[in-house]
Amino acid sequence: MNIHEYQAKSLFAQNGVPVPEGYLAHNSTEAEFAMRRLGVKVAVVKAQVHAGGRGKAGGVKLVKSPEECGEVAAKMLGMRLVTPQTGAEGKIVHKVYIEAGSEIDKEYYLSMLVDRETASVAIMFSTEGGMDIEEVAAKHPEKIVTVRVDPTVGLKPFHLRTLSYAMRLSPEVSKELHSFVDKLYKMFIKYDYSLLEINPLVVAKQGKLLALDGKMNFDDNALYRHKDIEAMRDFSEEDPREVAASKYGLNYIGLDGNIGCLVNGAGLAMATMDIIKLNGGSPANFLDVGGGATKEMVTNAFKILLSDSKVKALFVNIFGGIMRCDVIADGVIAAAREIGVKVPVVVRLEGTNVELGRKMLQESGLRLLAATDMNDGARKVVEAARNA
Amino acid sequence: MAILVNKHTRVITQGITGKSGEFHTKLSHEYAPRFVGGVTPGKGGSMHIGLPVFDTVAEAREKTGANASMIFVPPPFAADAILEAIAAEIELIVAITEGIPVMDMVPVRKALDRSKSRLIGPNCPGVITPDECKIGIMPGYIHKRGKVGIVSKSGTLTYEAVHQTTTLGLGQTTCIGIGGDPINGTNFIEVLQMFEEDPETKGIIMIGEIGGDLEIKAAQFIKENVKKPVAGFIAGQTAPAGKRMGHAGAIISGGHGTAAEKMEALREAGVSVVDSPADMAAVLAKRLR
Repeated sequence: MNIHEYQAKSLFAQNGVPVPEGYLAHNSTEAEFAMRRLGVKVAVVKAQVHAGGRGKAGGVKLVKSPEECGEVAAKMLGMRLVTPQTGAEGKIVHKVYIEAGSEIDKEYYLSMLVDRETASVAIMFSTEGGMDIEEVAAKHPEKIVTVRVDPTVGLKPFHLRTLSYAMRLSPEVSKELHSFVDKLYKMFIKYDYSLLEINPLVVAKQGKLLALDGKMNFDDNALYRHKDIEAMRDFSEEDPREVAASKYGLNYIGLDGNIGCLVNGAGLAMATMDIIKLNGGSPANFLDVGGGATKEMVTNAFKILLSDSKVKALFVNIFGGIMRCDVIADGVIAAAREIGVKVPVVVRLEGTNVELGRKMLQESGLRLLAATDMNDGARKVVEAARNA
Repeated sequence: MAILVNKHTRVITQGITGKSGEFHTKLSHEYAPRFVGGVTPGKGGSMHIGLPVFDTVAEAREKTGANASMIFVPPPFAADAILEAIAAEIELIVAITEGIPVMDMVPVRKALDRSKSRLIGPNCPGVITPDECKIGIMPGYIHKRGKVGIVSKSGTLTYEAVHQTTTLGLGQTTCIGIGGDPINGTNFIEVLQMFEEDPETKGIIMIGEIGGDLEIKAAQFIKENVKKPVAGFIAGQTAPAGKRMGHAGAIISGGHGTAAEKMEALREAGVSVVDSPADMAAVLAKRLR
C-alpha cells in the first residue's frame, strides 16, 4: 500500500522526524489561507497523487504570496498530471499540499528497505540527493553507501559511523544524521515498511536536516496490525477495477490489452499473460482467483472482467488443485447466465474433477470455446480477440 | 532415493484443527499415511481425524517421533509456529501459510541459520515424493513416480510441470515449491544441489518468476555445479514494473528482477529456457533422450 506525501509527512512529524511545516488544501481558498498560516515569503504547492516525477510534470510550484498560492492551487486542482509513473492517462489532482519553502544548503538521499538476501534492513545513504538514485548508482557508485542492519541486533553506533565516514560528513552534520537515521529506523520497524525513501533529504541553512519528500510503501501482509495506516488508503488513487477485485478477495492488476484472463495461482496467472503475448495478443489484466476460490468469487471475477469495455475476449485458464474444476465451471455458468457474455470465452480446464467441469460447460448451452491445453487456449483466444 | 521426504518421514500438522489444516492433512494422509499427529495449543490430549493432538511441538515430537511438520497456522501466528518447530528441532518444516509479514520472517531466517532445521516456504504448495510422502496442498493424483526433479516458486505452475512430465511418461522424483515470498527458508540452489546428488533424478525443471535475484544466483550455481539437464521457465515476461504480481516477492523494482535478465542468465548457464510454459517437459524430454 502507498500513501500521499502529506500523510507521510504527518507520520514523520508524529515520530519526531523533522519536516517543513505544511497544510493540506482542497481548494484555492484553503490554499491561500494555508500560506497565510505558514507566514512565509516562499511556499511550495505540491500536487498530491500517488506517483513520482511530479516536478517535471508541473505538479510542484513555488509561490511568493498567499494570493499567488491560491491561484496556482486553483490551476493545479482538477488537472490531469501525467508523469513517467502514472501511465499515459495520468492522475487527476484532488488535493494539494502547501509547504513552507526551505532554504537548501545541500541535498542528500536516504532510504531503507528489507534486503531479501540477507534478511536485514538495508540503509542506503548518498550525498547526491534530488536526482534519480539509479542514475547515481550507475554513474557515481562511490557516492552511495549501504549498511545492513540485522533487526534482531538493531541499529548500532557503528552503522551510523559507517554512513558518515563513507560520505566524509562534518561532525555537525554527522550528529544530525545519526539522530535522523535513528528515528527513521525506529519508524521502519514500527510500521512494517517495505520501502521508506527520502529524496531529497536536505541540509537547511542552520545545518538542520529536513525530509523534503517522503515515499512510503507498506507491507500489505502486515496491514492487519496497522489499522491507522490502513485508514490512510486513498481508493481514488487506485484502479477502480483493482479496488472492486480486492473487495471480493481477488488478486487483480489492470493492464492495457484486450484479452481478459481468469486464472488460479499467481505464477500461472503471470504465465498466462506471457503465453498470450507469445501468441501475438495482449492481456487486459492479471487475475489470480486463488486456491480456495468459491463459486461467488469466480462469478465476481467474471463480472469485473466483463465490466472492462476494452476486453474483446476472455481466457479462463485453470489448473485445479485445491480449486476444483466443477466449482470453476459452476461460477462461469452462473456469471454467464446472470450478466450475459457478449465476448468469446475460451476455457482451458485441467486438474481435480476436470471431466465433470468440462461436461458442465458443454451441457450449459453457453457458447464457450474449449481448449485442450494452455498453448491451444492462448492461440484460440488471441484469434477470437482479433476477429471481435 | 528422491529427496527431502520419503516413506520413513513422520509428519505432524501445526494447526491441524483449523479448516485448511484438517482438510489437507486428511488428503495428504490418504495419499500416503505418513502423518503421526498434530498440534493445536489448548487442544492437547484430544484426537482429530484419527490423529493425536498435542499442545506443543516439543511434546508432539517426543510422543510421536515426528521429524517433519506441515504448518497451516494463520499469518499473524505463523512465524511463531515456525520458530516453535525450529526450537523443537524438527528437521523439515513446510510452511503453507500465505501472507506472513516480511519483518516476521527476518528472525525466522536468523533462527534457521543457526539450527539444524530446514524450512520450505512459506507461501508454497509444499513438497511431495510421489507414492511415498505428500506434505502440502498439491493434488496427489497428477503425480507419477519417475526421474524429473521439479523446483518452483509457483504452486499452479508446478502442477503444470508435473502434469506435463506425467503425460510424457517422465514422472517425478520429488517436487518442491519454495514459495513466492521475499524471505523464505529454502532456495533454488539448495534444492538444485540435492537433485544433482540424487541418483534417481535424471533431469530438473526449475520454475522462477520476476522479483529478487534467486534465479540469477541459481544460474551461476548451475553453470559451475550441475551436470544434469535443466529446463527452465520464468513467469512474468509481460508483467509491468512496480506492481506486485500476486506473490509478495514478485515485483520488478528499480528495473531489477525482470524475467528477461533471469532468462538470459539461465540460458547462459546452459539451461533450456522455454518461452512458453506449455513446453517445460517437452524440452527436457529431448535432452534426456
